[in-house]
Amino acid sequence: MLRYILQRVALMIPTLIGVALLVFLMLRAMPGDITDVMFRGEGGGVPEELIVAERQRLGLDQPIWVQFGKWFWGLLQGNLGVSMWTGQPVAYEIAIRLELSLQVAVMATLLAVLLAIPLGTLSALYKDRWIDQAIRVFSIAGLAVPSFWLGMIIILLLLTLFAWHPPLTFTRFTTDPVANLSQLVWPALAVGYRYSAVATRMMRSTILEVLQEDYIRTARAKGVFERLVIVRHALRNALLPVVTVIGLEFAFVIGGLVVTEQVFNLNGIGKLFVEAVTRGDNTLVQGLVLLVATTFILINFAIDLMYAWLDPRIRYR
Amino acid sequence: MSTAAAGNPGAGLSPLLSVEDLHVHFVTSRGVVRAVEGLSYDVRAGEMVALVGESGCGKSVSALAVMRLLAKPAGRVVAGAVRFDGRDLLKLTEDQMREVRGRDIGMIFQEPMTSLNPVLPIGFQITEPLFMHQKIGAEAARARALDLLRMVGIPDAERRLEQYPHQFSGGMRQRAMIAIALACDPKLIIADEPTTALDVTIQAQILELMKELSRRLGIAMVMITHNLGVVARYADRVNVMYAARLAEQAAAEALFARPLHPYTVGLLRSVPRLDQPRGPRLETIEGLPPNLLAPPPGCRFAPRCAAKQPECEQRVPPLDEIGPGRHSACLRAAELASAGPQALGLQDAEAGAAPPAKSLDPLPVIEVRGLKTHFDVTRGLVAAHRAVVKAVDGVSFEIRRGETLGLVGESGCGKTTIGRTLLRLEEASAGEILYRGTDLTRVNGALLKDYRRRIQVIFQDPYSSLNPRMTVGEILAEPMRVHGLQPDRRAARARAGELLEQVGLYAYMAERYPHELSGGQRQRVGIARALALEPEFIVCDEPVSALDVSIQAQIINLLEALQQRLGLTYLFIAHDLAVVRHICDRVAVMYLGKVMEIADRDALYAAPQHPYTQALLDAVPIPDPRLERERSRVPLRGEIPSPLDPPQGCVFHTRCPLAEERCRREVPALREIRPLHFAACVKL
Repeated sequence: MLRYILQRVALMIPTLIGVALLVFLMLRAMPGDITDVMFRGEGGGVPEELIVAERQRLGLDQPIWVQFGKWFWGLLQGNLGVSMWTGQPVAYEIAIRLELSLQVAVMATLLAVLLAIPLGTLSALYKDRWIDQAIRVFSIAGLAVPSFWLGMIIILLLLTLFAWHPPLTFTRFTTDPVANLSQLVWPALAVGYRYSAVATRMMRSTILEVLQEDYIRTARAKGVFERLVIVRHALRNALLPVVTVIGLEFAFVIGGLVVTEQVFNLNGIGKLFVEAVTRGDNTLVQGLVLLVATTFILINFAIDLMYAWLDPRIRYR
Repeated sequence: MSTAAAGNPGAGLSPLLSVEDLHVHFVTSRGVVRAVEGLSYDVRAGEMVALVGESGCGKSVSALAVMRLLAKPAGRVVAGAVRFDGRDLLKLTEDQMREVRGRDIGMIFQEPMTSLNPVLPIGFQITEPLFMHQKIGAEAARARALDLLRMVGIPDAERRLEQYPHQFSGGMRQRAMIAIALACDPKLIIADEPTTALDVTIQAQILELMKELSRRLGIAMVMITHNLGVVARYADRVNVMYAARLAEQAAAEALFARPLHPYTVGLLRSVPRLDQPRGPRLETIEGLPPNLLAPPPGCRFAPRCAAKQPECEQRVPPLDEIGPGRHSACLRAAELASAGPQALGLQDAEAGAAPPAKSLDPLPVIEVRGLKTHFDVTRGLVAAHRAVVKAVDGVSFEIRRGETLGLVGESGCGKTTIGRTLLRLEEASAGEILYRGTDLTRVNGALLKDYRRRIQVIFQDPYSSLNPRMTVGEILAEPMRVHGLQPDRRAARARAGELLEQVGLYAYMAERYPHELSGGQRQRVGIARALALEPEFIVCDEPVSALDVSIQAQIINLLEALQQRLGLTYLFIAHDLAVVRHICDRVAVMYLGKVMEIADRDALYAAPQHPYTQALLDAVPIPDPRLERERSRVPLRGEIPSPLDPPQGCVFHTRCPLAEERCRREVPALREIRPLHFAACVKL
């Protein structure tokens, strides 16, 4: 098992190198660089020498492979480089926002899991009855409604009904849990609803599938209580595909909440991503892409381990 | 509960289980299927009662109805009563019924591969009914589970408790299923085709085990099966079902001695038997069972019955008592009882005549020499642990023109791999396959394509070997198109119609999709596809094992007729020794990738030399209770070892009753024991 984990970690390295190379080249393929955004917008008028000096300072005048070599050498030493815009280390820029994004992702995932497993199961057990119909309406609505729109509705309702809006600045959970939660619960709700809808639909269909299996009939023929038939015999077998959906969605939520973060005015990874791209802050974009790629790989890895735990037929050696 | 074993005080008095006039309906999108209509039977304490019939006759559905496990909401009992131990099970509350399941009535299902939960340990699954029905501590439950595993013959029980179903072989899983059914000392066990998915030697082991346990513990048993041999060997009384209704009811001996329903007569005659001389062709029941959405009026069997009279098609025959304990739902049952089936035209005139002698070309069409097919398997993700499965390990035989060579053995013996290697669907690791002198293992490109045309295949499963999105016509035209035989579309269509008629279907069926055909019809389409290229040699890979008995006989007769008419040569791969005896001229018995014995059919079946062949033949139940009673019943021990780790010396020595020290070391060569009769055993 340990051997397997080491292998998987080793296999991550070529993937990440590939991602690094690809994102570096793609960013360089775009026309213009950060100096255009800094000095050439809004009427211009900045002397050309200044721009050349700035390009020199940022190393943008060097051949592309030299630029890559320097950045990659830094990567190997665990250095993501310095943001071209703020001058702060990329790792720092990401770190101060990651906590917030991670917390939203974890809360949204918890919400999704807590909703999806019972709702999906109920929906399957009462297939085509009113409970199933109600849950279906609830979950299809979750799929249809964009989470940023739901976020706006949440804010509007809070304002009109309670004349209250969530705090605008991030407070750590450890410093003040109430302030922290009163800011982050709402985006987690908006995102988690959609997320739970995907997982609920998946849960419903896998439970329906598993209930057709012969071993469910065996369990009933043994005189097992119907509730235990579901919880012991059906649920664990049905969870496998749901785990995949939940994991991939989690990785998406880390970096993909671009609009939702704007709506709630959250200073998270999504917002940072948009800013870095519009500013042409290539080192920051590279760092962010690597972060998202690493998250996806790690989550996939976690899903595989979860599979082995849920299903004894899968054993990694 | 052990008092139940000490004689059956209730035996002979009121029955333990009494199914009375049971009617089960299934609501489907196409209408109501009357799956069971008016089924009545009794089971007395300690008795073994069989429910026999072909697929779709309602036997399994009726068992699920007794357990109240019908798929909801589609399936429902619309009338009848199920009296068990003085109570009507159909009137119990859901919770009362739950207490009956697993405690008073245990159940064993057909598919040991899917009937156990893959994510729970075996021990947990065995103790679960104990926790449901008894106040028992974890320690006591574990002790009971160990007892049960030993009782059903699972060695190394301590370790086995912790294991998961995928670590068990099929036979071991079925033993575990029996342990689950036995856990709470039930009064009745319902076994739904418990051995259909198992090899014949494992089937014999499991059935002996069930019979012995049922005797010793005084458990009554309802055995649902399509296998008349199993019925003859084990059942006290038999209920024959056809198209949702009871056809006949009798004590086992009486039923086999003189069946009193034309369907039973046909069923008994269409099974090839080891104990009777081989006729020129099998008798069959023509036609197909009726569609239960729109069953024929009157007797359900009338459309297929050779003894039908006009009245049969108008009046539903009642289940009349013909003699003591004998019931038949046939209007001519009394005639059948007094005059016998022959008088009613139920016997094929040709039956009993000696088969015509085949004149065989002395020149072999196929010569296999020292064939080896090995597979590399990597355990784990990296190639660190390599292992080699020797699926076929040094096999030689030849097949002459017009001949049928049978290849038999338990699953995992390599018989299917030989077929696939001959077709070049697997690559040979060593050896030669000579087709009219050319080594097929070496040909490539256009030459290979040409051989592919001359060597065709019929697969086992008629459900998965036809593309569901192509019409029958397209399926038949495809090989012709690939080989450029009928470039003209109209000519291809005409040829497809011709092929369909050749295999006993109608030309208009070319427009149909496979799902619109029955299993037997699909297998005919599979045969037509093989014939499309006018091949010389056909590999038949278990072509009838997925089919019902009456359909199986039709297909075997078709294959034989085609062979005669078209001069075909067959390699017939099968596990059913009786079928092989009927259709094959010579037979090769395989075990773990090696040929154990090869000889002419009559020599092999009359005087099997190799202990493995003898054991296989002993394990086949014969549909005649009197003969069965006289046969020795020492089933072959153990199971076929893993081909990853085959035994040293003779591969069979671990299970061989004659094995001695020498067998552990020496690999026996295939020697000519008698003229043209080869066997690989040092003791011969």
